[in-house]
Order: sequence, then C-alpha cells, then structure tokens
Amino acid sequence: MSQAPRRKPRVQKSGDQLVSPEDLVRFYKDMLLIRRFEEKAGQLYGMGLIGGFCHLYIGQEAVVVGLEACSEEQDTVITSYRDHGHMLASGMDAKGVMAELTGRRGGYSKGKGGSMHMFSAEKGFFGGHGIVAAQVPLGTGLAFAHQYSGDNGVCFCYLGDGAVNQGQVYESFNMAALWKLPVVYVIENNRYGMGTSVERASANPDLHLRGSAYGIASEAVDGMSVEAVFEAGQRAAEHARSGKGPYILEAKTYRYRGHSMSDPAKYRSKEEVAKMRSEHDPIDQVKNKILGLGVIDEDGLKEIDKEVKAIVTESAEFAQTSPEPDPSELYTDVLIEA
Amino acid sequence: MPIQVLMPALSPTMTEGKLAKWCKKEGDTVAAGDVIAEIETDKATMEFEAADEGVLGKILVQEGTEGVAVNTLIALILADGEDASALDAAAAPAPAAAPVAAASVVAAPAPVAAAPVAAVAAGPAEELDPVILTKTAYSGPMPDEKTYDKTVRMTVREALRDAMAEEMRRDEKVFLLGEEVAQYQGAYKVSQGLLDEFGPKRVVDTPITELGFTGMAAGAAFKGLRPIVEFMTFNFSMQAIDHIINSAAKTLYMAGGQLGCPIVFRGANGAAARVGAQHSQCYASWYAHCPGLKVLSPWSAADAKGLLKAAIRDPNPVVFLENEILYGQSFDVPDDPDYIIPIGKAKIERPGTDVTITAFSLMVGTALEAAEVLAAQGISAEVINLRSIRPLDVPTIVQSVKKTNRCVSVEEGWPFAGIGSEISSVVNEQAFDWLDAPVRRVTGVDVPMPYAANLEKLVVPDVNRIVEAVKAVCYAS
Repeated sequence: MSQAPRRKPRVQKSGDQLVSPEDLVRFYKDMLLIRRFEEKAGQLYGMGLIGGFCHLYIGQEAVVVGLEACSEEQDTVITSYRDHGHMLASGMDAKGVMAELTGRRGGYSKGKGGSMHMFSAEKGFFGGHGIVAAQVPLGTGLAFAHQYSGDNGVCFCYLGDGAVNQGQVYESFNMAALWKLPVVYVIENNRYGMGTSVERASANPDLHLRGSAYGIASEAVDGMSVEAVFEAGQRAAEHARSGKGPYILEAKTYRYRGHSMSDPAKYRSKEEVAKMRSEHDPIDQVKNKILGLGVIDEDGLKEIDKEVKAIVTESAEFAQTSPEPDPSELYTDVLIEA
Repeated sequence: MPIQVLMPALSPTMTEGKLAKWCKKEGDTVAAGDVIAEIETDKATMEFEAADEGVLGKILVQEGTEGVAVNTLIALILADGEDASALDAAAAPAPAAAPVAAASVVAAPAPVAAAPVAAVAAGPAEELDPVILTKTAYSGPMPDEKTYDKTVRMTVREALRDAMAEEMRRDEKVFLLGEEVAQYQGAYKVSQGLLDEFGPKRVVDTPITELGFTGMAAGAAFKGLRPIVEFMTFNFSMQAIDHIINSAAKTLYMAGGQLGCPIVFRGANGAAARVGAQHSQCYASWYAHCPGLKVLSPWSAADAKGLLKAAIRDPNPVVFLENEILYGQSFDVPDDPDYIIPIGKAKIERPGTDVTITAFSLMVGTALEAAEVLAAQGISAEVINLRSIRPLDVPTIVQSVKKTNRCVSVEEGWPFAGIGSEISSVVNEQAFDWLDAPVRRVTGVDVPMPYAANLEKLVVPDVNRIVEAVKAVCYAS
C-alpha cells in the first residue's frame, strides 16, 4: 500500500449508498494504519525509544478518517497533542512521524518538536499543539486566512471534550460566527479530559450545543462509525465552504488507552473499556460490513493487514536508524534569518 | 523466531519496575491490544498490552519480581506457525543481541536518552561562550546605517500610521487587527485613515477578546498572512501571552524550520499617567526573555517609522513596544520611500566620553535631558538609544563602555531581571577590564504603580535619578 496522497479525492456517492464499498475498504485501511502505528508507538515508548509525553489515538480512528474524506486539496487541519492519527490521515509520511516520536533527524521537525509538535505546510497540517485549546483560535486564524485569500478552503479544527471548557474556545466561536469563517470545529468527545469525565467537568454535557449562543450550526454524531462521521462531515464541510460560517461537529468517541502513556486509567472500569472495544470498535464495524457486502474476503483483509504492517514496520525501523539531530541543530530555526 | 516481549517503560521517568501480575498463562493466545501483564511503575500500576499476536510461549520473569529493569526480556510470544522448539534458541541470548523479528522491532537495544545529552556536552568548547548561548538575543556586527538628507517633521503617531500604510500598500498580505482600529480610527488614533484607504477586510475591528484574536492572528500568519496585531495597550497582552510565546515564538523551532509566524504585536507599553497599577507596566524584559521573538522599542518618530516597517517585513514574530506619551511628540523623519532601520542596531543619540547611558523608548528623552544637566556639571555622557531590545546591540554598548569606562542603564520597568540586568551582565562579561565602576541601573521602583500623583512620580525614573546614578559611577559629588 502506497502512502496516502496529499489529499484523497472526495468520496463519490454512488446511487443511494452514501459511501461506496470501495470507499469503505479504503477507510478500513486508513483506520488500520493509524491503529497499528499507534500500537507500535506504544511499544517503542515502552522500550524507551520515545520519551516524554505520548498520547495515543487508538479507538478514535473513525473520526479523523471519516472527516479527512470530506476535505479538499486546499483545506487545513489543526489539532491538539493527540495528533498522530491526524498526521497520517492528512497524508504525512509514517516514517517522518515515527522518527519525530523518537527524536531523530528524519522526523518532520528534525527531532526538535516531538509527539505533540509536528507540522506539514505541504499537507495542510498545522500541528500538533500542546496547550489545551490553543489550536482553536489558531485554527480560526487558518480559516480567516482561507477567507482572506478566497481559496475556498475550510479549516478542520479538532478539540477535545476537555478543551471545550477553555475560554479561548468561545472567543474563537464568537469571531468565527461574527465573520462567517470557514471552519469546522470537531469536538472529539472521548468522554474523559485526562481523568475527569465530561459529566464531572461540563455543566451541560451536550458539547455540540456549546456554540448555540453564537448561532453556530451543530450536530452530534457517532464517532465510532466512520460512515456516520463521513456523512455528518459532508454537511459540516459544505456548510462552512458555502459561506454560512462555522459548524460544530461533536464526535462521540472513545480512547482505549490512557490519556498518555503513564496514565493507568483508574477513573473508568475495565468493563466500560471492554464493552466499547467489543461492541463499538470502529475498525471491526467496517471490517464486518465489507466482509458482509462481499467487497473483500478474509484473504483480502489479510493482504491489507500485511501492507499496513509493512508501512508501520518500515516507519519503526526508520525511526531507530535515522540519526539523532546534529548538535549544531540546537541553534537553528529559532529565527528565520532575514 | 519468537517475538520478544521486553519490560516496558510506562512513564517518562521509569527505569525499572515490578512485574506485578501476568494476565495470560503460557500457552494462551494473545492478540494485539490484549492486556498480558500488570506492571508497577514509579507512579502507578499499569496494564501492559501485547503489540503482536501469537501464543504466549514462555514467561521468563515471574510475577511478583521487583526491580525489573526496562528492556529486560520478560516473555516470548510464538508467532503464527512457530512451535515450542523455537523458544530455547530465543531465550538464550541477551535481548540486545537477538535478531529483530520480522514483524517487530522489539529486539533493538534502546539508546535510552543518554545519547543526545552526551552529544551536546561533547560539543566544541566555544558553544559555552555566553555570546553563542544567546545567539539570537545579541546583534552581531552590523554595517553603518544609511543617512538621509531630506527630512520631514511628524509625530510618532503619524510615523507609525505611515509605516503601516506604506507596508500595506507594498504587500497585500499585511493587515491590521485589534480593538477600535478601524471605525474608531484607533483608541490612540494611531490607525487614523487606514480603514478609508484599505477597507474593512484589511483593517479589522475585533471584539474585546485578546487571547482569541491574538491566537487567530498567529494562525493566519502560519498560513502566510502578515498580521499586525494592535494591543490597545500592552497591559492587555498578558491575556494573550500564551499565543505570543507558545504559538508565535516557538513554532518555527518546533516545526524544524518549515513553518514560521510573520506577525507584529504592537501597542502602547509602559506607564502613561495616573492610570494605576494594571495599566502601567513595561513588558520589555518579559518578551525579551524569549527566544523566537524580536523586541523593538522606538523613541523618536524616525525610530517608529523605520523600525515598524522593518518589523512588518521581518519573517519572524516581532513585539513592538510603543509609548502613549510619545505618540504626540514630533521629530524629524527621513523623507525617503526606502527609509527603514535595520533591526538590532542601536543609535548613539549623543556622543560623550565619561559615561555610557543606555535607554529605550520614553527614557531616551529623559536620558538626553540628564546628559544636558551633566554637561553643565562637566560630565560628558554618551546616550545610547537601544531601539532594539532583542536582539540587543551588544557591540555598540560594549564599544561605548570601552571608551567611557562607565555604564548606567535606564528603563521604566522593574529592576529584577530587567533589561538593565542584562546590560549589566553583558558589560561584565565583555568589558570587565575596561570598567572603572560597577554598572548602575536606574529603573522603575519595585512596586505596582500607585495612583496618587506624588507616589507615581517617585516610581518612574526621572532626570534627577539618572544624574545621581551617573555621578555615583563617576565618583563625582
């Protein structure tokens, strides 16, 4: 399987079906790549090859894969620190992402950014931000730039259920609604902001309503279903792109792992996690559907598994063989020399 | 070849841990994501998930074992098609020497963190030179400034407006945003006329939402626009300081150089008059502390115009500290469309031989007045207008001190870790043998600004305090 292109072409609707069987197979591949990549990242962390903070996206794959399929060439993406999935979905090279996690010169930021700070202007990915909710005004600014330049682009600005209680989110909502900026705010509600559940943090846990004071159109969607995300994402992107202003999409999702690698996740029961994994897994759902549709058989799935595994293995090997940055890099990139 | 399962590091600081419990037995089938063991780290008990699928072939470290070092081989998983005979060979060698399993890279030795630290420590000795350590904070040698014959008289306010207008005409990507910048024509009338010329797309009135619009502007700059953010006063920039530092200043570095943030943050800085503690503060040392930013602070209208144009053209984030009291003062400004001041270049406003006085913004005028008073007393003061705080024109300061052998720094800000502290430090490092007296700092008094007129007057440095400080370093009475 070759790496994803800069942006995938938008999914074509075929007849009454919202997503074609072939698209579902691609969604499966894209989600599986994120899952396997993150598992490998967790493993490398365990070996001491990845340091510091490392926030895995396992369980939430349907959100970014479904929405990426709604995007166009000129669109932009920005998110928080749980960002590896967004990079892969944006078409960034798995080797460069993994090598950044290990702090090597082959990484997207030459090893100077780390897990939370990677960017690819070429792929329209603007980070990777470690301060909760800082990406929301920044993403609003990307949308401002889309509007200013008239490029018909939309910014997909992701935030978590923890971020929605930061004041700057509402400063952004206000400006985006006031100026009708083309931005889709995707609230990835995985139910816990670190160890605090939404119910314990938010006076009204219906997070998609958080823009209602600004008249922002919104909806909540099953974030474990890539088809549902894609369907809602089409509406959201269309709304923003057509000049109607921002749109809030709350994707109800779930993270299987802890907040970061060192989180034992004692704030929720094992049964809760097990139930999500066994009954709502986004990858299993699509797998069962495509098998049922007969668009692929077990051998075909195995082939995809193999391809995905090869990409991930290659990225992990690259991330270990790529040298550490040269000490002279310490002083570069502080300022652009005019 | 069986897949090797190594003792994982499950926190940023873990070096060893207790293998508390095996959740799978030998012979059990495991899938990727299955919890196979519980491990006690230095912080908590963590579940350890398998990263590969197969059959748990052999447990090599029994549950209950304490002090198991990270990366110790703790178990072997038999991959599809392997049987128990594969175990003996795999368990024997040290984990580091085992070949890498095809589907896994677990066998590679972990170069745990030590390498990068060692590499820096082993770098050339010259890298410890303080000048190198503050590479982007100090100017290198710079060419002489261009001189201009023709000048025109204008206020600082007009000079700032003209600088913005000229740069907005020059580059479509430049736009101004802030509170009251458009229809109101600027809270201090700095943006007067800009809305009429450039329209609401490029002169944007924002809600009172500093954190929001600063972050928004930084995001727009990531995408290649060149925003000028006006803070009505810099006091309100504290609401937005996270985006100035964490988003604007650090992104180029965090992105390995591929994504910058060309943006100007400008507005009135320092004390005005009788506006109390929350509206009377100098932010020079706050922002000058941070790599990734440039910090400028003009005094004259010529400074204001030349430096603001340079700031807008600069590809980096620039903090531009103006002064409300100066807005209405008039100066001669070069009348030339190409007039610009290079960033990082101080200006000797008055040459002298007995003492070097450094100052910036409003304090340059006060220092020049003090120099007049000192001249009458037979002391020749050289007054340096810093203009650029970061990078600081250390060569000009040091050269001057080597000539005068004495140095007094003047600033409105608080003394602790102020700009004067930096100047004192750098003069100490680079001109110690030329000094005839310790460097003295004249600063704002170390209190929140009081409202009462008499108390306020005691806080801000005045001519008298500068004169006294100079006399002290000259051992004159």
